[in-house]
Amino acid sequence: MGEAEIPLGQPIVAKGASVVRRGVRVLDRVDLTVAPRSCTFILGPNGSGKSTLLRLLHGLIRADEGDVTWAGETTRPLRQAMVFQRPVLLRRSAAANVRHALALAGIRGDEAASRTHDALARVGLAHLADRAARVLSGGEQQRLALARASALEPDVLFLDEPTASLDPPSTRAVEEIVAAIHARGTTIVMTTHSLAQAKRLADAVVVLDAGRVTECTPARQFFAVPCSLQGRAFLEGERL
Amino acid sequence: MDTISQSVALALRMLAHLDPQLTQIVALSLTVSLSSTLCSALIGLPLGATVAIARFPGRHVLIVALNAAMGLPPVVVGLAVYLLLSRAGPLGEFGLLFTPPAMVIAQTILIVPIVAALTRQIVEDVWTEYREQLQSLHSTWWQSTLTLLWDARWSLLTVLLAGFGRAAAEVGAVIIVGGNIDGVTRVMTTAIALETSKGDLALALGLGIVLITLVMALNVGAHVTRGWARARLG
Repeated sequence: MGEAEIPLGQPIVAKGASVVRRGVRVLDRVDLTVAPRSCTFILGPNGSGKSTLLRLLHGLIRADEGDVTWAGETTRPLRQAMVFQRPVLLRRSAAANVRHALALAGIRGDEAASRTHDALARVGLAHLADRAARVLSGGEQQRLALARASALEPDVLFLDEPTASLDPPSTRAVEEIVAAIHARGTTIVMTTHSLAQAKRLADAVVVLDAGRVTECTPARQFFAVPCSLQGRAFLEGERL
Repeated sequence: MDTISQSVALALRMLAHLDPQLTQIVALSLTVSLSSTLCSALIGLPLGATVAIARFPGRHVLIVALNAAMGLPPVVVGLAVYLLLSRAGPLGEFGLLFTPPAMVIAQTILIVPIVAALTRQIVEDVWTEYREQLQSLHSTWWQSTLTLLWDARWSLLTVLLAGFGRAAAEVGAVIIVGGNIDGVTRVMTTAIALETSKGDLALALGLGIVLITLVMALNVGAHVTRGWARARLG
């Protein structure tokens, strides 16, 4: 198993991390290093444990065996955000959703107003700031979820198949936003089924199969010569 | 039949002229029921939300107990409060028996389980949806509770109206702890029971009309508000 190049900074490290649910090993002794400022894509078939791995790396769940550390610490850092496959939006306006996240981070007043406006403008939703979040279209809701996450200016942004249920234009819009957030220095960790998307955005690829990391390589290397059988099979499956 | 039609006509006349006795009873009823609803909200909303979010030993027992307590017999609650507030009781020194505060206490005990149990159900549904997002945002327990209560506010309004309806329509507990004293603790339900037994159907009917109109208006208001909120906020 290869490992992505680690740029400067502190990585997220999973060491022998296993997650067991109802007697089933959803993740099995995962060893993984997410490099800071990387754009790491987690690939794998349905049920391979991608979403569980993402939650583990974000600190939403704990490992039953092994551990996860953030910059060497076992405490989940504050400057992280996550966007879920199905965006969870509060029953409030678009702007109020962003303000709520900022308030939880202790950011209020003028700074919150400014960040809210900027974040909505970045995802093209400034004109819908006062619209109820839950009546927006699917693509708009996902962009709002990204705006909420980016307003927090996180060091790491986790994305769980954020384009899974979106049409091509909305997918493209979300990809552009993710690329822009990454360009500002945020580490991206994202799951997807789309190899094309990984090719466009990723600089490191993790292949997960039956809860095990079978490959962790720079994206260019993965798409040229995957070093695991599972990675190769995954690529060939896409080509068929 | 004549007696009934005459009584209805007299009742309508009393309503039209805002009969002082009738308005005094209605005002006290509203004061007592709104006060007990407010007290129940202050206790029941956080209690229900806590049970919805927190995981602790005995949680399921508490849920079953809250659900069961929704059917508390009012006369038993009235009796218990009577014993607490009577001169020989542990709270007798406060001299609350046969006063409106005693009625508020009894009604609050009756309504808290309704508010808490229904709040628990509603907030738990929202929590299931919001949990990971709020945890991801490092929301504390208290912040999550406030977020859930605020976002479920329109559904919880219906819960409070249900509590108010139960309080306003309740007779067993308030007649025991209030004593149905004219001008002091006489509310709509106890007055209807008394006036009916005395054969004064006009006042009983007038109060009955007010009571039913009030309950219906509240339910229509709740329905319209929820519909508006759903369309506006999704």
